[in-house]
Parts: sequence; C-alpha cells; structure tokens
Amino acid sequence: MKKTGVATVRPRQKGDVSVPKPNPRWGREEETEIFAKKVKLFRQGKISEDDFRRFRLQHGAYGSRLHMDYSMVRIKVPGGEMTPDQIEKIASLSEAFSIGSAHVSTRQNIQLHWVQLEDVSEVMRGLVEAGLTTREACGNTVRNVMCSHFAGVCPDEAFDATPYSMAIARFFLRNPMCQNLPRKFKINFSCCDKHGLVRVADIGLVPAVRKNENGETIRGFKTYLGGGLGAASFIGHQLEEFTPEDRLLATCMATVRLFDRHGNRENMARNRMRYLVHEMGWEKFQKMALKERTAVEMTTSYSTAKLFDVKSQEDTRQLPKAPRMAKLPMLNERVSKDSPAFERWLHTNVVPQKQEGYFTAFITLGAGDITASQLRVLASAIRDFSAEAVARNTPQQNFAVRYIRGTELRDFYEKLASAGLANPGALTIASAVGCSGTTSCNLAITNSHRLAKEVQRKFLELGLDTDDSLRDSTIKISGCPNSCGQHEIATVGFFGGATRINTSMTPTYTMLFAGSAGENGELGKAVTRVPAKRVIDVVLKIIELYRQQKSGNETLHQWVTKVTKGQGTGDIKNLENMKAALAQVIQLPAPDKDPDAYMDYGSDSRFSAKTARGECAA
Amino acid sequence: MKKAASAAKKKKAAAPKASAAIQLPIVCDSDTLRSLVRKKAVRVVDVRKADDYNQEHIPTAVSLPLARILENDTPEKTVDILEELGVSDNMPVVIYDDTFGALAARVAWTFQYVGHTNTALLEMTFKQWKELGLETEKQARTYPRAKHSLRVNKNIYADAPYVESAKSQPDKLLVDSRERLNFLTEHIPGAKNIPYTMVGSNGSILKKAEELKRMIENRGISKDSEIITYCGSVGTLSGLTYYALRLAGFDNVKLYPKSFKEWKSLGKPKEEFKDATYWDLSAE
Repeated sequence: MKKTGVATVRPRQKGDVSVPKPNPRWGREEETEIFAKKVKLFRQGKISEDDFRRFRLQHGAYGSRLHMDYSMVRIKVPGGEMTPDQIEKIASLSEAFSIGSAHVSTRQNIQLHWVQLEDVSEVMRGLVEAGLTTREACGNTVRNVMCSHFAGVCPDEAFDATPYSMAIARFFLRNPMCQNLPRKFKINFSCCDKHGLVRVADIGLVPAVRKNENGETIRGFKTYLGGGLGAASFIGHQLEEFTPEDRLLATCMATVRLFDRHGNRENMARNRMRYLVHEMGWEKFQKMALKERTAVEMTTSYSTAKLFDVKSQEDTRQLPKAPRMAKLPMLNERVSKDSPAFERWLHTNVVPQKQEGYFTAFITLGAGDITASQLRVLASAIRDFSAEAVARNTPQQNFAVRYIRGTELRDFYEKLASAGLANPGALTIASAVGCSGTTSCNLAITNSHRLAKEVQRKFLELGLDTDDSLRDSTIKISGCPNSCGQHEIATVGFFGGATRINTSMTPTYTMLFAGSAGENGELGKAVTRVPAKRVIDVVLKIIELYRQQKSGNETLHQWVTKVTKGQGTGDIKNLENMKAALAQVIQLPAPDKDPDAYMDYGSDSRFSAKTARGECAA
Repeated sequence: MKKAASAAKKKKAAAPKASAAIQLPIVCDSDTLRSLVRKKAVRVVDVRKADDYNQEHIPTAVSLPLARILENDTPEKTVDILEELGVSDNMPVVIYDDTFGALAARVAWTFQYVGHTNTALLEMTFKQWKELGLETEKQARTYPRAKHSLRVNKNIYADAPYVESAKSQPDKLLVDSRERLNFLTEHIPGAKNIPYTMVGSNGSILKKAEELKRMIENRGISKDSEIITYCGSVGTLSGLTYYALRLAGFDNVKLYPKSFKEWKSLGKPKEEFKDATYWDLSAE
C-alpha cells in the first residue's frame, strides 16, 4: 500500500487503546443457579419433559440433533455487539464445555454446540460474568433484537439505530408481557434501505427523519410488520409512512400484544405472527395495530415507559478523529486472484465509514465457525485497532470490526492473518451462509453447514470473490425448509430435502432465485432440485451462463432477477430455459457408478433423512 | 513466611529429614514451592523433554521426561527412578510440565501408584512460571541416590477387565477425559464425558476446588461413587482429570492408564454416535 495519507491528528502511539465499553449486564447470576437446579429436578424425574423443555428453551438451551443429553447454547447478542472481554470469555467457554469452536448464527447470536445439558449452567455463569445472557434466545419470546452491523457508520443512514435497538432489547428482555407468546417474535433494526433484514421480521424498523410542524427535524422509523422467513415466508407490510421515535415503544408493544392475544396457539406450524397477518388480511391487522397502539399509549404507566431508555444506551465516549488518508487504492480498483493477499482482502473485506479516515473490516468465517484461539486473536485485534473497542457479528455469519484507522489496516490485516482470520471474500458471493444443518439440528435433513463451507472454499480457490460483477450476489443455504440459513433472501438460495433419484434416497436442495434483503427485499422463487454434491457445479454453471448471456454491465444478481421474471435476453429468457441449461449438470450417473454423488457432505455412508421434533417452538 | 537462609552454600542439596517434611496438597502454589526450594525441602520434578530442561528449569529441579516413565512403568522401575532422583518415602515432590498439567499429572499418579504419597502438581506450567518472571536455572541437577519402599496402591489403578466389569455396577462411573467431538465419535459404553478442558482454568492447571465440586455436583455424580478415568492413549489427560476429581473431594478415583487405545486394540465394544455430522462444526 502506498503511504499517501496525510495525518491531521497526532499519530497513534503504540499502546494507545480506546476506553473499553462498560459491561452491558444482560445476564443474571441467579438464573444460572435456577437452571442448574431445574436440570437436577428434571433428571430426578420431578419435572415433566414438556415443562422442562419450555423452561430450557426460555433460557437459551436448544436440544441437539437426536441426542437430548446435549444442548446448543444460544448466546443472545443484541445488535451483534461484543466486547473483547466477551469474545475471550466465549473462547474459554467453548474450550471448556463445547467443541473448541463457537458459531455465529444468522440472527447475531453466538452458538456453542454439543454442551452437556448438566454443564449449561456453568456456561451461563461464565456468560453472566462477561455481561451476556442466553435468556429468551429460544422459546416463545422476543428473540435477539437485531441491528444492522453498519448502524452508526453507514453513509446512508438517517441516524444511528443502535441505542434504539438496545433499548428495545432491554425493555422486552424478561418482560412479563412476552414470556409466553404464541410463538417466537423477531425485531430487526436496519441502518438504511439496503442493509438489514427489515422485511423478513415480525417488526422491521428503518431509521428515518422528517420535519415537524415547527420545522424541527425529528427522528423516527419506517415500520414494517408481519414479515418472516420459514416454511412459508412473507414480506412485511409497511404500517405507516413514519413512526416518530416517541411512538416506537408503543408501536412495538402494541404489535406484541396483538400477537399475544390473537396469535394461533393451537397449530404450531402456523403460529408465527406473519400467518395471523396473512389470515386476517393486512388492512385489518394494520387498523388493529394502530388502534392497539393508542390503547397502549393511554394505559402504559410512567414507570413502565421509563424502562425504555434510549439515552442510557447511547455510546457517550468521544472517539478520536482518524488520520485523513488521500486514497486507499485497492478499495475501488480491480483485484484478481493473483493480486497480493492484502490488496485482495482490502478489496473484498473492507468498506469506508461515514467517519472520514475510518473503515469497517470484515472477518471471513466459514459458515460462522471460529475457534477459541482465533477468538482470542480477534479480541486482541479489536483492542489494538478498533477505536470503538467492540465488534459486531453479522447475519452473514462474519464479524465486522469497525472504526479501524485507514493507516492501520495493514497492521490489522497482518494480525488477523497470523491466526487464519484474514481470508478474503467476506463481502462477496464467496461468503456463503449456512445454518447448522445436520451438524447439530433436529430438523435438518442435509449438511447445509458443510456445504456452505465447501462453496466458500471453492469460490475463493477460483478467485470468484475478486469478480466485482458477482459481488452483490449471495448464496445462502438451509438444511431444511425452515429458513434459518435465510435461503429465500439469497440471489441463489438452497434448502435441503431428500429425493429418490435412480431408486436411491439422495440429499438434495431446492434451489431458489432472486431473493433479496433490505427495505425492498423480495423472496426467492423455487427453480429446481439439485443433488447436494452437484450444488457447487450448478452455481458455477449459472455463473458461466451469466458471463455468456449478460447484457452490458448488469451484475449476476440483476441478471438472475431478470431471468426469474422471464425478462432475460439471449438464450436464457426465463426459468424454463435456465432449468434446461442446468439439466445436464444436475443429472447423476447410476448409484453404482458414482456412489459418492448420492451421499451427503461429511458422510461416507448411504443417505437417510433422519429428523426429530423441532426445538424452534416451545 | 520465614526468611529462608538461602545464602548460596556450595554444597549438594541434602535430602530433608523425614520429620521436617510437610504433607503437600494436591496442587502446590508457586509461593509454597519457592519457599520449599529455598529450604531445600522438596524434590522438584521437570517432566518436559530433556532438551527443554537443559535450556532452563525451576531451581533445583531434576529432569524426568514423561517418556522415561512410559517406556517401562512397572512399579519396580518407577521405584528405581524415584531412588535415582534421590526421593525417599516422605519427601515432598512437586511436578510440573508445559502441557497444562496433564504430563505432570500422569507422573504424579505413577509415583502415587508405587506408594509415594507426598506428591503435588505445580499449579502452573513452566511457561506461566516464566511469564511471572519467577526464577529459573540452567544447571542440571543430580542428587545422591535415596531409598524408597514399594507399596503398590491398587486402589487407584484400573485395567481393561476392571473397567469392563465396572460397567454393570451402578456405583461405578467411567469418565472419558477426551474432547467432546472425540467422545461423541466413540467411547467406552456407558462412559460420561468430562473433557480435560473442563477442569483447567486460565492461569492454573486446575480450577478451584469449589468450582470443580459445583461442576461435578451439577452432573449429579454422587460423592460415594467410584470413578474411573480414561483418555485416548497413555493416561495423561485422564491423569489430570484424576487429580481434578480428587481435588473436588472424591476419594475413590482410579486411572485406567492404558485407556481407550488399549481398549480398542483389545476389540472391546464401543459406543458411537453417527446421527449428526458434528465434526463439520469445528473451525479447525
């Protein structure tokens, strides 16, 4: 990198580190003791399995695949924000009680897998020390409140939504009004119209400002209700043009209350709020929500309203100004597979912030997995290089480290590289998302987790991360139709199933096209089924077809969207043409010719679809 | 603490008198060890590789690489080694390694097995000792040969037939000390998993006794249980778990030193879990 930067502030001295953020104290020690007691009572047969299950999920312990002696401990991380101390604590806990790796989920949780049920309370105890909690991370509750990892640094945001998301998270955590909802409830904040998952949540909120009658700028949100991904997915509806910030709490409370009262408590398969909205019809639901909000506003006591405190969630630390840099060349210039590793990483993992001189760098993980020793290096890198001294985990299953001075990106990179954390491609098609699949989930049919890692490995090997025309495309993979891998908002999405092919039961994926996130998000359309071992070939074929058929400068995502709408030019006009063009790649030879093609990733034996009761609904 | 009269007398360290010997706890902290070293009232045993020992070691330590114990661990040979190191029956022995305590634990157990009861594990590894800036020396040490009796303590030892018969006895519990993914893959039928990673803590080879007690109690393991620990091959990881359980207050603990490696080579039954692809979660 050329050193063209002109420092306008005192150069940072070695050892200059930011003031750490205070411990957020989400956890409570007494809950760990209660959990340990309940496990004992359950083991002694003094609590029924169903009662215990409900309790367990309410406290963030999800049963593991076909082995209920083990739990997946889901750590709720509001907004994905984590301090280095928390990251180090998770490293130790993963070594002591889990598998020595932690896992970033698609909803900004951190998951520790295969923890013995009896040890969960010990994990919780460690988390409480670090200010974290697993409370209401699963079960029929308000789940982790998400906030865009760009909030606060996004050049296109109206204002930083982070303190609002934290205040909402605090208000609902342990709140009696949401301890026994018909089903789980998800709230997502974004920063702008592009980033964030606001149309696929029960409540989605996009920061916005407008002028009031006195000409003053007031803050508020564009509010979307009733979206969500799952076996049947819906895009959220806009409640109103603008929800002023002083009505944010009432709007959320009203929505939760409506769902609590009218949600389906009988049919577990259709009890998310999106079904209620769908069955009732949006206009009716919208009217009821607005009416309910008025009722909430008139009946909420002062002391309750006071529990929602945005001010207390603001980061009041004064972050220093960054040295100004004239140019960071590799951010915008083309790179290739053969470019120096740092330049490739810079191009595919780093974006400028609205704060001049500061950058956000992404840590590329494989389907969200990170080892304990890598977590420790990450924590140390955050302390050394991030002026805000925290990081956020992202729904793309990576980490975003923000407030890195442009002048220090090289040193930051070197530090990450020493621990295998400097892979390129985080912001590109190579960063495939994969839920945990058969590695730990009861509902999974296929090993979506490994497949996502294989896609990433292959794409990085081929240098597809360096092709900017693929950059806005995404690949997301779920191991069953339930969408934890968010396959419906991917350019090319996949969800796992089992199909008999040539009389042999085979792991397959249904492929979907042209899904997207953001405020204009759309759901993908199913195209065809692909055997697990052909998924990579099929995506590569799609890229090949795109390169042959694209017109002008359109990106892969734009081209796929066009074809999906039947508006393709050239030979591939619509999905029928696409299917025909892919048919040969999808075809499998006879099972005795290529037995491996009929097996799933991570397995060397015949495939059979094994599932057990889901743990999503308590 | 008494001021140690540590004026450097050019004299070979003499074995402390039996009457003056203190009984060591399971884990010895660094202050206690330094004080004992100053008083020449302890035999420090370094079980790292000979090369590492020769670079530097804790003052007065002798070298006993674990491999020497493993190549011939008959009780007679072990006693011969103790005598060669100048260790008499009641002499306090403090053992350390550079592998989170597992190698030291295996050697300590071997000494206890032949009847040397006054052994302790140093609370930290040599690396941590160095990081704290504590004193080291380069000089290789030898001591006059001592006399040590042989009283094999069968109560802390288990072999394959014993493990096999224990499976059907409800008051006997088999504990596998390997990491979780190895355990899930295959283990001795009926074993419970207490990975060695669970018993250590940052800065100390073992967690505090009360923490270990709480963890074991959470597991619903009764105080009166007899526990047999094993690991993958030579009883190092399970050696550490052996001492963790002792520290947690369990008196009836046995080590199966030949562990799962022997169990498999004997073609004994195994329990496997094949319904999940958990290895693919590892970021290694």
